[in-house]
Amino acid sequence: MMFDVAVIGAGVVGALTARELTKFNLKVALLEKCNDVAMGTTKANSAIVHAGFDAVPGSLKAKLNVKGTAMMPETCRELHVPFKNIGSLVLAFCEKETETLKELREKGIKNGVPGLEIYDSDKLHSTEPNVSSEAVAALWAPTAGIVCPYELTIAAAENAVKNGAEFFRNFAVSKIDWDGGEFTVSDGRKEIKTKYVVNAAGVYCDEIAALIGDNSLSVISRKGEYMLCDKSMGTLVSHVLFQCPTVMGKGVLVTPTVDGNLILGPSATDIEDKENVATTAEILALVLEKARKSVPSVSTREVITSFAGLRAHLECDDFIIGKSEKNSNFINAAGIESPGLSASPAIAEMIAGLIAEDCGAAANPEFCPVREEPVRFRHMSNEERKALIAKNPAYGRIVCRCETITEGEILDAIHAPAGARDVDGVKRRTRAGMGRCQGGFCGSKVVELLARELGTDLNEITKFGGDSKILYERTK
Amino acid sequence: MLNYDIVIIGGGPAGMAAALRAKECGVDSILILERAETLGGILEQCIHTGFGLQYFGEELSGPEYASRFIDLVNKEKIEYKTDTMALEITQDNKVYAVNKKDGLLEIQAKAIILAMGCRERPRGALNIAGTRASGIMSAGTAQKYVNIDGYMPGKKVVILGSGDIGLIMARRMTLEGAKVECVCELMPYSSGLTRNIVQCLDDFGIPLYLSTTVIDIHGKDRVTGVTIASVDENRRPIPGTERLIECDTLLLSVGLIPENELTRAVGIGLDSVTNGAVVDEYRETDHEGVFACGNVLHVHDLVDFVTLESQTAGEGAAKYVLGKKQKGAQVTTKGTGMVRYIVPQKINLNNEGDVKLYFRVGNTARNATVKVKYGGEEIISRKRPRLAPGEMESVVIKNEMLKSFSDGGVLEITVEV
Amino acid sequence: MTRNITCVTCPMGCSVTVEISDSGEIISVSGNTCKRGEEYAKNEITHPQRSLATTLRVEGGIYNVVPCKSAGPLPKEKIFECMEAVNSTCVNAPVKLGDVLVKNICGTGVDIVATNHCPRKG
Repeated sequence: MMFDVAVIGAGVVGALTARELTKFNLKVALLEKCNDVAMGTTKANSAIVHAGFDAVPGSLKAKLNVKGTAMMPETCRELHVPFKNIGSLVLAFCEKETETLKELREKGIKNGVPGLEIYDSDKLHSTEPNVSSEAVAALWAPTAGIVCPYELTIAAAENAVKNGAEFFRNFAVSKIDWDGGEFTVSDGRKEIKTKYVVNAAGVYCDEIAALIGDNSLSVISRKGEYMLCDKSMGTLVSHVLFQCPTVMGKGVLVTPTVDGNLILGPSATDIEDKENVATTAEILALVLEKARKSVPSVSTREVITSFAGLRAHLECDDFIIGKSEKNSNFINAAGIESPGLSASPAIAEMIAGLIAEDCGAAANPEFCPVREEPVRFRHMSNEERKALIAKNPAYGRIVCRCETITEGEILDAIHAPAGARDVDGVKRRTRAGMGRCQGGFCGSKVVELLARELGTDLNEITKFGGDSKILYERTK
Repeated sequence: MLNYDIVIIGGGPAGMAAALRAKECGVDSILILERAETLGGILEQCIHTGFGLQYFGEELSGPEYASRFIDLVNKEKIEYKTDTMALEITQDNKVYAVNKKDGLLEIQAKAIILAMGCRERPRGALNIAGTRASGIMSAGTAQKYVNIDGYMPGKKVVILGSGDIGLIMARRMTLEGAKVECVCELMPYSSGLTRNIVQCLDDFGIPLYLSTTVIDIHGKDRVTGVTIASVDENRRPIPGTERLIECDTLLLSVGLIPENELTRAVGIGLDSVTNGAVVDEYRETDHEGVFACGNVLHVHDLVDFVTLESQTAGEGAAKYVLGKKQKGAQVTTKGTGMVRYIVPQKINLNNEGDVKLYFRVGNTARNATVKVKYGGEEIISRKRPRLAPGEMESVVIKNEMLKSFSDGGVLEITVEV
Repeated sequence: MTRNITCVTCPMGCSVTVEISDSGEIISVSGNTCKRGEEYAKNEITHPQRSLATTLRVEGGIYNVVPCKSAGPLPKEKIFECMEAVNSTCVNAPVKLGDVLVKNICGTGVDIVATNHCPRKG
């Protein structure tokens, strides 16, 4: 199979880049080593669109963050992904930290972040009544917001496929050959040919670059652990609450999610194993303690799940985006840690622009930027529900009780372009299993629907691909 | 819009018993809404025997117990809709529900009986560290896979929590050829019935580790093992007691939570201990005309008690519909000391019969005395050879006694050891 | 010699003490709160019994399996043998609650009966 561009890695950067590339007359392949999109760093992060005052002025991080954040509302509108521009507050707990706020504001102004303002204690506590009384001031950034990173990725991949890109799941690139005119990209079983490669492999971007002899990247996997609280806690705060940053990152934050839960985290631990996304009791306890510093009323009683994610940190502490020194048809998108999600629309635009310019690709006249809005039964009025079920009775059967998700929505998720193939894939697309019972009731129904729609046996269905099967053989 | 005198949400043992009694009491216009494909509720997957000893005087399996009520519901021509999910209850007792056939249903009820049952607590609620591999599920989910779907969810199993479902599943998985490595219980005692410990664990040589919990889960795709550790009196893991147990499955049986989303959404007052509604002796909530019974009200140990309680609720709802349930003076009940909770929380003094109070204790005790006090004065004293948190207790307040109480009084149950 | 037995006849779970003579005869039973407890304890010493509840494979039904139980108690030591016998049996739908699925399982004189309905698929 011959492609113009192969994007390696279907995280938020890979998926948005693939979509951006389909704006041109280019044949695009999106290669993903897992069974679904958004399975790496994208799956487990803070889900924040940062205003952009943290990064060093002049750095790629600074430039692309501010640009990406400005692009985010429109990107989300086109893709029908919920984005909430709720603004952020960096809390200061002492005089010294108040100074830090001023430094952050200065940096932000240099980076071009609009609307930054320092709140005194009164203004802070009237804005966020549940913030600790110990907080003395805060930096207000009105452009910050929240978005669900995997929803964005799913939507972007779906839209990319709709516009002609081809999605290859379970394609773990292990070999890249260059014959002077094109690459042969292989996973040991299948291979594709392509003129350009985009390396958007997250924590594995160093290993992918090494396949063409580019050993310039050295990724440090930094693990962050999070806790997710029940929706009953979702209104405890109404903005993204940061603490003052340290060398290890932006610290533990407390924020509502677009779905109305409350998220706490992350921690920051550098680790060796790029597959280690296990949570640890000690670190989660620490996350909770730190979160309580910002919002003392946060309680473990309302924690419904915890998770960990890895971020790809580079020694240079900046994104590396551009042509590899070893091969100018190989484009690296490396070190995409925070503010990677915020910057992702800008990163995608930059890479697509670079390739289009390089090969002189014309615009794709057929390109449609809109990904149709998925049915979200739970958000509909009763009148809308009536009409919907009359059209398709599958929307009349509730599968997930906690989140009110219908069979119709699950079928849509399975049959969508680059659709769900496993239980977690259905969960990320529909929220089935994401509620209070965490799939206790609907898990087995989702397995049944997947098996039915994919035409396989129940015991072929996995939680997230690979060896993560849910059932063994029949009892008899 | 549809109109019914009584709409019952949930067609499990609670909903069916309530419907049948309401019918008996003279209400004909009744509709049961059930979200599963069949009536029967969770009993359909509880294929073990042990149901019905109190109510029928014989030992039945879950489906058998359910089918006796399903047959009666059919015989009495009580209407029901299966595969139908109630979405909302309104302030004026309208129910919105949905199914494939009828689409969105709007049903005006005079009285509503909540009988939605309960759900299992998930892993997240325990905050167990480790990976998010496949092979971690609640014992009830495993029970459905094995007993209804006919598939094995694991072969080498560790069970966390010695609640009855966990114990039952230890035996069930063993019978089907799995190796159950152990059952871990955080508390120093099991919350399951003694008979289940004997029949489900001892019979098969499955160890029960008390004051022990799972502190870490291993495995990338599928679970490969768990780390267990002993806990101290504050339920905190004791360093140095960690032990790795290889397994491919972790089943959780760590408690049940009444499913009160609809209840909460309409603003009905809940009891913070039971996680169910606050009710009077007919199980009427603080929302007029809305009753609750079965596991949605408080988690029961035996389905037989669910049936009895639901009959009370069915009778109450019928009385309400027929205008025979009057508001009046009330006393409240209060559990103290070892007594964790009492249902009902309120008693109407105009009640014409005796009132049975159900309660649970927070600790095991032998040769204890259950004391009922009114206004601080002891009015009933009953010996109990043994009390356990896993078993529901009851005490009857005679009508004569009730008549001697006055509005606003407090009826207290306590246990002396 | 005495043996302590937890009675499992009902959810009470009484702790019953059985006194046994050197020749193996039961001298006394105490601690039980009902007649069934006494019988159970005696049986536990002489020939322990258990009832079996499991599932049996169904062809052509709406489910793969139908729940079933032993119509009476089985010798405890034969439980796994009976499981094997059940697992090697398959019945065709429809199955009705109460249907005898295996007659006289493993020569115990006890039948395995269906404890739920399993209608035909479609």
